[in-house]
Amino acid sequence: MNRTVNIISKNFKKYNPESIEEYLELGGFEALKKAIEMGPQEIISTLKTSGLKGRGGAAFSTGRKWEYSANVKGDKKFIICNADEGEPATFKDRYLLEYDPFKVIEGMIIAAYTTGSTNGYIYIREEYKYLHNKVRKAIELAEKHGFLGKNILGSGLNFNIKVVSGAGAYVCGESTALIESIEGKSGRPRLKLTRTSKQGLFGLPTLVNNVETLAAVPPILEMGVEEYIKYGTHTSKGTKLISLCGNVNKPGAYEVPFGITLREIIYDIGGGIKDGKQLKFLQLGGASGAIIPAKLIDIKYCYEDLEEHGASVGSGAILVADETNKVTHFLKSVQDFFIHESCGKCTPCREGNRQLTKIINRFVTGNASVEDLKTVEKFANVMKYASFCGLGQTAPTALLTAIKYFPVEFYQQIDRIRKTS
Amino acid sequence: MDKFKVDQELIAKIDRILESYDYDDNSVVNILLEIQSHIPENYIPEEVAKYVGIELGIPTSKVYDVITFFSAINDKPKGRHVVQLCKSSVCRLNKYQTIRDVLEEELKIKMGETTKDGQFTLQYSTCFGACDISPAFRIDDKVYGNLTKGKIKEIINTYRGL
Repeated sequence: MNRTVNIISKNFKKYNPESIEEYLELGGFEALKKAIEMGPQEIISTLKTSGLKGRGGAAFSTGRKWEYSANVKGDKKFIICNADEGEPATFKDRYLLEYDPFKVIEGMIIAAYTTGSTNGYIYIREEYKYLHNKVRKAIELAEKHGFLGKNILGSGLNFNIKVVSGAGAYVCGESTALIESIEGKSGRPRLKLTRTSKQGLFGLPTLVNNVETLAAVPPILEMGVEEYIKYGTHTSKGTKLISLCGNVNKPGAYEVPFGITLREIIYDIGGGIKDGKQLKFLQLGGASGAIIPAKLIDIKYCYEDLEEHGASVGSGAILVADETNKVTHFLKSVQDFFIHESCGKCTPCREGNRQLTKIINRFVTGNASVEDLKTVEKFANVMKYASFCGLGQTAPTALLTAIKYFPVEFYQQIDRIRKTS
Repeated sequence: MDKFKVDQELIAKIDRILESYDYDDNSVVNILLEIQSHIPENYIPEEVAKYVGIELGIPTSKVYDVITFFSAINDKPKGRHVVQLCKSSVCRLNKYQTIRDVLEEELKIKMGETTKDGQFTLQYSTCFGACDISPAFRIDDKVYGNLTKGKIKEIINTYRGL
């Protein structure tokens, strides 16, 4: 049964991304024209009605974010498209850049028109180097056709876009670390005394949006918000691109309406578990996301229902693990990632990840103590509440949810002698 | 190891890159990435780091802040082709170890090592977003997934002598 939908992903594999003519034939840049007819105020109110939230993981209202940016005055304002998709198990932005780069560009132009921005950057991770020139080519074609440059479509908007490469740092997905990196510094997050929308890149007003968030805007304007919110649930409106992967038969990026159950995603869309095995757990939203057990797969995939179980949509990653995987061993790979990616700026994250790694290694080898379980939970909570940025705050999410849902797996790894002493 | 020799040809290339970025020190990350792609050993030698610093008008320490922070920029020489195997959570579930064994056998080196002829470096990488074709590895900028033993050998062979 086909449970996927085609709104953001409508054009995937339908046109040659090196041909702007083919994009135009599919109705490309019609949303931009409509946007210019609507005017900034109406676009913002439409986005608010659409319930569109930041699809990179932070889930902040896009309509409100654009409103803040539109209200900030400045001759030079920036828009950054965050294509630093570094969250393990996430690859949906790659599909957008690969199969529909013009839609991302169109979304950025609409954002520029709405907020009065002058310069755009697409910050693409180094790992997607093979896409850098493809996106540059798309920008060039958009310029040639008058969708970028001076007085775009007679609206008075002057806007251009540049591609900037990341250099292999997960933390640069955090907007201020990303900005530091564009400014030619090592990518450590900033202390946010003022909003990025007021003081961001080079100290100027900056709007940072994820690839998928920007790509969702043209379809919403084009089909009309009433039509868009027919998809999804009352509080999680519309659709989401998910990255389905792990021990599943048909891994890939799919678009689903919010409110679909996890079971439908894994079995109907993903074709079930590989080699006929049983599902054991899922990790939702990437390495920084929660681990939930198989018994919860009948819950709805939407912001509110996941939150009830300590999980979140995050980036849209859905990692499927079968019965052969040990939770503690899996946590080790999550921990290996965070210890490598912690930027070292703040103590809770830098030292916390070191300590979590040490203790988790003892659970892997089976010589942990009862105290280890208490200590690891305590440290994880310190990180969650005291870390400087989202990286450290969410790094222990997998561990904390694993302890909640799979306590027995931890008990089993406690050394027998230490258990009794 | 022999001291890195900066020849005129390389200097000319670096100057062209710096010029294409208008000698803008804000672009130092992308400048270094581009320079590195022109150096066969895939790293930024000290001499080059100093030269870039002088040309951009920033201290060498600032250049090194960037080089040592980002994992895509190296401060030590690598092989001509860098083979990076993903060992993140997804590739772990899909048993990246089977790929590792074939790569090690084929290149006759262990993870983290460089072949004697300087042709290949084999190393682990964090997730590069190829989870839909996991387990996956990348050679330089190209990503390979959905692998079999025969396919891996074939891929490696296409890079030999390049």
